[in-house]
Amino acid sequence: MSRVFVCGLGSVSPAGWTVESLRDALAKREPLPIQPLPRPGWQNPLKMRPVPNPSVRPDFLSHPRLRRTSPITHYAASAALEAAKRIRRGTDTQPRIGIIVCLQSGCVQYSFRFFEETLKDAATASPLLFPETVFAAPASHVAALLENTPLVSTLAGDPSSYSQGLALGCDWLHEGRIDACLVVGAEENNWLLADALWHFDHRAVISGGAGAICLSLNPEWSLGVELELISDAHSYTTLTNRSQAAQKMRAQMPAQNQAEILCDGLNDSLRADAAETNAWADWNGPRISPKLILGEGLMAAAAWQCVTACDLIATGQFTAANVSLVGANQQAVGIRFNNHGRRISAGTMQ
Amino acid sequence: MLFPKKSFPISPPRVVITGAGIVTSLGLGWKQNAAAFRAGKTGFRPVTLFDVSRQRVKTAAEVDLPVTLPPTQLTERQKKRLDRASIMLLLAAQEAWQQSGWMPSDNLPVVLGTTAGGMTLGEDYFRQAVSQPHRKKMQPTRALHYQSQTQARMVAEAIGFAGPVTIISNACASGTNAIGEAWELIRRGHSERVLTGGYDALSQMVFAGFDSLQALSPTSCRPFDAHRDGLAIGEGAAVFTIETLEFARNRGAVILGEIIGYGASMDRHHLTQPHPEGDAAYQAMHLACTSAQVTAEDIDYVNAHGTGTPLNDQAEAKAINRWAGNHAGDLRVSSTKAGTGHLLGGAGAVEAVVSLMCLHEQWLPPEIAFETPAPACSFRIVARPEDADIEVVLSNSFGFGGVNATLIMRRWS
Repeated sequence: MSRVFVCGLGSVSPAGWTVESLRDALAKREPLPIQPLPRPGWQNPLKMRPVPNPSVRPDFLSHPRLRRTSPITHYAASAALEAAKRIRRGTDTQPRIGIIVCLQSGCVQYSFRFFEETLKDAATASPLLFPETVFAAPASHVAALLENTPLVSTLAGDPSSYSQGLALGCDWLHEGRIDACLVVGAEENNWLLADALWHFDHRAVISGGAGAICLSLNPEWSLGVELELISDAHSYTTLTNRSQAAQKMRAQMPAQNQAEILCDGLNDSLRADAAETNAWADWNGPRISPKLILGEGLMAAAAWQCVTACDLIATGQFTAANVSLVGANQQAVGIRFNNHGRRISAGTMQ
Repeated sequence: MLFPKKSFPISPPRVVITGAGIVTSLGLGWKQNAAAFRAGKTGFRPVTLFDVSRQRVKTAAEVDLPVTLPPTQLTERQKKRLDRASIMLLLAAQEAWQQSGWMPSDNLPVVLGTTAGGMTLGEDYFRQAVSQPHRKKMQPTRALHYQSQTQARMVAEAIGFAGPVTIISNACASGTNAIGEAWELIRRGHSERVLTGGYDALSQMVFAGFDSLQALSPTSCRPFDAHRDGLAIGEGAAVFTIETLEFARNRGAVILGEIIGYGASMDRHHLTQPHPEGDAAYQAMHLACTSAQVTAEDIDYVNAHGTGTPLNDQAEAKAINRWAGNHAGDLRVSSTKAGTGHLLGGAGAVEAVVSLMCLHEQWLPPEIAFETPAPACSFRIVARPEDADIEVVLSNSFGFGGVNATLIMRRWS
């Protein structure tokens, strides 16, 4: 089987609209400021870490397809374009790009608005809003922006299913159907989504954004990062609880090496974190927890974890990184990236 | 491991269907549906599930769910939490499972397509959150079961198996994409068998959405008719059990049909409108034929996407004409959405099961309301019930957002 390389990264998060902003925020290791999110009918607001407005209006927003789109499409498009920049610049002919967008909550803002209008008076609910409520909308818009996109798909699931997006991208690449594959995880938020999350974790801080990884079989496009493995998807069942599934995932991941880092999904919630904490109890090496800094970004957070792992390798700080995706209600999956044999100096390790 | 794979098949295995389950407004299960499709019946009636008094159109194809669910491994508490979509999915999955004779496993992949998942639960969540902001009862359950991965898990729990779940949400192509990707999973050597299909339940938001777009027919759904004026919404579910031919033969399974081709393409023309020449639809059919190693001449019947909207049918007709070439005049085409309505994420799966019925029982499903062919149609629309000698069928699904998908199936004899 041909090796799969990471040839681009993209990010939109509460830290900003680039991978660089994500990197800087995580390097500081200080949680980003929390803002109140008013919850109608409640005295106390919910909590959120919003995506800041971009410092400059992104060029892609002038594309006719993006005129009426919601933030989730803006996030997905920005992350995808950032991740695809390298491969689109490096070739005379535009590569065939596959697009896989992974979502958990999806287009909640327009869904909320459209249903609110429907309940007020169904006869006047806006036909401009409805198409943007569909899960497939962000992928469709990203495809329109990138143009040479023969294969496009949207996957729904808990954040662990970002791994299935990566695996599907690898299959498409190996079958020669595309030259590169963008795997995007994206979410937007509103008070209703934060309210739903509150039922499971009162301390949760909702956030949004997107992360994107561009995969290719072409080593010349590589950032110096290789996708080494994706574990089995260990489903939660009545016989295998979340903690047991996380343990099974851990058992499929390699033992610790000094020059490696663990990029986990811990989120300062004793209850929600327990399964993952126990699964990685043997890990004594460096670890980084993007959600502690950025908030609960659901599928976007899974993508940030992977983007962070790849970025730490691409910038020469680690030889390999393990990503732990212990989803909320579906499955646990582990992903491992490495630097495909490049040496690093010990001084660059954190 | 999801990646890298342990081994590659030297050549992709043949993939056969050994179980099929179906739930539509025409009935529960293969027998009721086959009889209704064969006769060209329709399942439309005034909407009872939510208020449509302010909608332009007031009918849809609602499913009559059974009063009690058949025995499963779910607890009474779990059963009470199932929403309409989950129940339809479960009924279809259970029928397919029983027909297949499969034994439970702890590593059986599930690939499902849906557009709305548990949308009705989301709507209930919204209503309560807005009208009774301090009332928490049922809200966590709604938030959990609204998610399609939970619905898939409930099916696995009900039947007693486990395995990785993949949910594809490519709008109205979701069901076909799910079956196609499940087929690919087996051919890539990831698994010997997969449970796959699609589902969607009627929900107020989706109904109002299509009504707001004025995409719903105020008269009757007549795909490819010159006087067509829109689609009709329906609900339902369909599930296949598919496996390698070798696996099926080794266990002495009854084989219902074979999936021989799948093609997927992307239409970037517009979020909700197809390219007027049907380029991506043509490409999906072409790719499916290439993977099936057949040509248009080998296709006996096309189960069209055929929504009944002016734009879709025009584009699809052009695509079929171009793809079929000189064979177009010999081709028989119909859209079963004329009977069941558009099942959105469930459409492709239900239409795949109908196509399998046609192959298995040798008949073609008619569009009874069809009268005058649209000028773009160079092919014959099946308008009256007919028996047929068919070997290979092609089923199209095209989605909002532009994902197009085509499946090709062959009769098993």
